[in-house]
Amino acid sequence: MAQIDLKLAHSYKANPTEPADYALHHMDMRFENGGAYALLGPSGCGKSTMLNIMSGLLAPSEGTVLFDGKDVSHQTPQERNIAQVFQFPVIYDTMTVADNLAFPLRNRKVDAQYIQKRIHDIAEMLELGPIMQQRAAGLSADVKQKISLGRGLVRPDVSAILFDEPLTVIDPHLKWQLRRKLKQIHNELKLTLIYVTHDQVEALTFANQVVVMSQGRAVQVGSPQELFERPAHTFVGHFIGSPGMNFINASVTTERNINLAGQLLQIPSNQTLATGPVTVGIRPEHLQTTPSGQSNELQATVTRVQDVGTYYLITCAVEGALLKSRQNKSDIPAQVGTSIGLNVLNENTCYYINEELVT
Amino acid sequence: MSLELQQVSTVVDGHTHIYPLDMALKPNSLTVLLGATQAGKTSLMRVMAGLDKPSKGRLLFDGEDVTGRSVRERNIAMVYQQFINYPSMSVFDNIASPLKLAGRDTAASITQRVNDMADRLHISQFLQRLPAELSGGQQQRVALARALIKAAPLTLLDEPLVNLDYKLREELREELTAVFDVGNSTIVYATTEPGEALLLGGHTAVMYEGKLLQYGPTNEVFQRPMNVQVATAFSDPPMNVLSATSTDGVLDLGSAITIRIAQYNKASGPVSVGLRANAVTLDQGTDGVALAARVELSEISGSDTFIHLSTALGPLVAQVSGVQHMQLGSQTNVYLQPKRTFVFDKAGNLSHAPHNNA
Repeated sequence: MAQIDLKLAHSYKANPTEPADYALHHMDMRFENGGAYALLGPSGCGKSTMLNIMSGLLAPSEGTVLFDGKDVSHQTPQERNIAQVFQFPVIYDTMTVADNLAFPLRNRKVDAQYIQKRIHDIAEMLELGPIMQQRAAGLSADVKQKISLGRGLVRPDVSAILFDEPLTVIDPHLKWQLRRKLKQIHNELKLTLIYVTHDQVEALTFANQVVVMSQGRAVQVGSPQELFERPAHTFVGHFIGSPGMNFINASVTTERNINLAGQLLQIPSNQTLATGPVTVGIRPEHLQTTPSGQSNELQATVTRVQDVGTYYLITCAVEGALLKSRQNKSDIPAQVGTSIGLNVLNENTCYYINEELVT
Repeated sequence: MSLELQQVSTVVDGHTHIYPLDMALKPNSLTVLLGATQAGKTSLMRVMAGLDKPSKGRLLFDGEDVTGRSVRERNIAMVYQQFINYPSMSVFDNIASPLKLAGRDTAASITQRVNDMADRLHISQFLQRLPAELSGGQQQRVALARALIKAAPLTLLDEPLVNLDYKLREELREELTAVFDVGNSTIVYATTEPGEALLLGGHTAVMYEGKLLQYGPTNEVFQRPMNVQVATAFSDPPMNVLSATSTDGVLDLGSAITIRIAQYNKASGPVSVGLRANAVTLDQGTDGVALAARVELSEISGSDTFIHLSTALGPLVAQVSGVQHMQLGSQTNVYLQPKRTFVFDKAGNLSHAPHNNA
């Protein structure tokens, strides 16, 4: 197991000159020994580049990769003792499950008795015990993916296990069981696990710390709760949550007043904001609607009401923006075309300047 | 346009893909085909398109029998899961191609219509590029624009967003619903996701293993699923279904757990109790029935947390709004909400549905 430090940048171009030439911008990041991390972002954000640099499939064009303080930038995955689980199971179909699990150890000339014990333990943990003598061919995708995982876990000296969208081929109703298995394994073995995905459910469910990536930068590293409640960057607010955070352009005019979409509201007494432009962010879950005519609320016109089964999703228009509000089924839903008040400045509201959270 | 299927079935090499089904789609509105993979959604769409002939049964377009008519002779538009565009044509020419082929519009009118459609799907700035120069999401927008610009009386969309990441899916779905709302085409949209069906609205046809289980307004099907299969297929995570014994409106779930539902007094005997994840809560509320549970996993979707639990009644999934971290293996009490409880009779048919605003 290892603590991994990345102090690097990466460009696929030979002579990068401008920021756009970099797939990964300069970063200084630490992955603690025994932590469960996810790298989350849309395609093209740099998460796979980062994973490949950690595994040793790719050497960074600038800077270093440190495992427990030791420079491994130019070592292979084997030399780093990295195990990887990919989108598609990588196993030998003609071998039995037991032989598949034993393979990484036999390859390293580990003592036969130890191998027997170790694969037994790992099989027990992954609930593969009953099928140990079966050939891998013909097993379902989720079982094969468990074997791939087992091959990673079987090496006692593994530095870290890297996962690249490992649940892509798994049936939706089986996914949660594999997620649970991963969590259990992390709790029991305290391995350093790093999981790459573009799916927020995968990332938030798996990781204690999620690295949200956008355009070659890690825009926030935080717990799922932090990412949801206090997104440090507007991208995080947008990317986490379905639908994501609402944003409204605003301008703080005086110490106590804010011009929000053309309406002048009072800043709550417990908040201080510098005068000037600001972006107000509020999640649909935190945006309560009230009947029109209340003080210090943003007036909006309802443009759409969706009954999403377990809640109503209300879309309403203010000058320059469409906002979404999540409303309980027990409330009487707003009517399209009517005017409503939105409690937009409350304890969950986030304020951004240049995309960065200020308060 | 009205589309009616009468006793349509397909059998391929002795395997039944679609069992005989009748369906009259609501004209000029959206029908969602909801079902897991292999439920028969694509097979049914291919029959609607005329790509495949049904083994038995008839298709009527506006009352006219078109069963044997090929896809070329039916005025339809279709979008597939994969982004299919003409690689050597610019985005503009891709979108314009159906109009040029039809030969009814003047050049000026084609330009106008392509620009309008490109605006709607936010691809105006890419009109001069080649498809390969676009991202996956943009390429699928081009494919959608080309299908929608035909303004065909029947438009078929087969899981059009499945290959996009969820944020793109969210944005594009929202744009599509605005286009569908115009209401001048009968649209059929296949999806595996209950949540997507609810967001799209319209009508929903729930399919399961080649059978049409229920067809009706989306919310009605969601709120009043006619049997356990529909309820399970139309819930994500799947509905918790528990067996119980009903006596004078009291449901005995075993392990000394009983749920009393006001105004429920159907026949006594064995029943199935259906609890969607939002009917199992961490807050007791006014009349929640306490149940001891062990946390197996909290699955965080960003806006909701689904807590997988093991209980004396079997495994259950509970839903909490927002992000809630729960320690694996920890013990907690959850509450079964009588006002959100479904009851199905011995045969699995709906016997009680909760009120929509519970």
